[in-house]
Amino acid sequence: MYIIIVGGGNVGYNLVKSLMNTDHELLILEKNRVTHRTIAEELGEVAMQGDGCEVRIMEEAGVGRADVVVAATGDDEDNLVICQMAKMKFNVPRTIARIHDPRNEALFHRLGIDSIVSSTKIIHNLIEQEIECGDVIPLAALRRGNIEILEIDLGRKSPVLDKDISQINLPPSALIISIIRQNEAIIPGANTIFQDGDSVIALVHADNEPEFREVFAERHGA
Amino acid sequence: MNVIILGCGRVGSTLARMMYYDKHDVTVIDLVSESFRRLGNKFKGQRIIGNGMDEDVLKRAGIEKCDVFISVTQGDNRNIMVAQIAKEVYGVKKVITRINDPIRADTYRSLDIITICGSTILSGIMRDFINTNEWLMEKDYNREYLSLNV
Repeated sequence: MYIIIVGGGNVGYNLVKSLMNTDHELLILEKNRVTHRTIAEELGEVAMQGDGCEVRIMEEAGVGRADVVVAATGDDEDNLVICQMAKMKFNVPRTIARIHDPRNEALFHRLGIDSIVSSTKIIHNLIEQEIECGDVIPLAALRRGNIEILEIDLGRKSPVLDKDISQINLPPSALIISIIRQNEAIIPGANTIFQDGDSVIALVHADNEPEFREVFAERHGA
Repeated sequence: MNVIILGCGRVGSTLARMMYYDKHDVTVIDLVSESFRRLGNKFKGQRIIGNGMDEDVLKRAGIEKCDVFISVTQGDNRNIMVAQIAKEVYGVKKVITRINDPIRADTYRSLDIITICGSTILSGIMRDFINTNEWLMEKDYNREYLSLNV
């Protein structure tokens, strides 16, 4: 594959380095001359100097035959335009944008960007996993439909213990897809009883997440 | 009309004064309060300090009820992004943005966003003036603006 990375900051530079030993053909575009020279001295011809939002530079870089364009600059708006220009002008099949403000994720999807990476959100989720032990952990979000995959570890005080799925009041737009019990995944039926130590994996519409949390999580301080 | 102008530089502030003079409800957004000095003391429209890429700021400016949204910040890409937020997320009917790069201006024009490329307009006017010694614009906007005394 031909992969073009726009932005030679820490993310772009380390991404190129980590892809160097693969079979992919690589190019990294950096606007700043000084930064470009530093990268070029180490990595040689994979580095090219120029503004990745400019069509002339994109043509020179061969965006037209790229399989993937990764926009990894420090500005969300630049990353959006890089990906959109790659799509609209050059029909690049896959565009990946780095974003800083996690609130831009939905917008970028809506505006046609294929994949979005938000380090802010990843770190946020990690922190949430750490501090909300025994609570609801967001595992992933599906791109369309605003649906999240959640994991919830049932503690000793969870209100659903010893009940089966038919006895609990699941919010609308929530589906329990699996229960992990002692490292084994169970596909639950209507009669599966929740036990202490279970991890429940569920699909939940984002709007119903608080209600879902309410059903399973032990009441803090209660 | 409810008009929101993002970016209070020379273009943003001049347009704000013109639209205010025409009795429209004008809201101007800029990152720094200093920029609002360009509006002069006759402008009584709303001024909002904040980042126009932040939807909370846009909501505060009343984007949900605005008829026209104009983005004229320094950055082409910022203008493009906010114009798309106005169009796609808030469904603003008329969205106008300045894009100085002619190719980008042309590309985004196809997305139902009115793009104005200052560099080609100015160059065209200058070339025509060189060739004909006449201003071929329909109106002399500069003289008109100065005569408004706003």
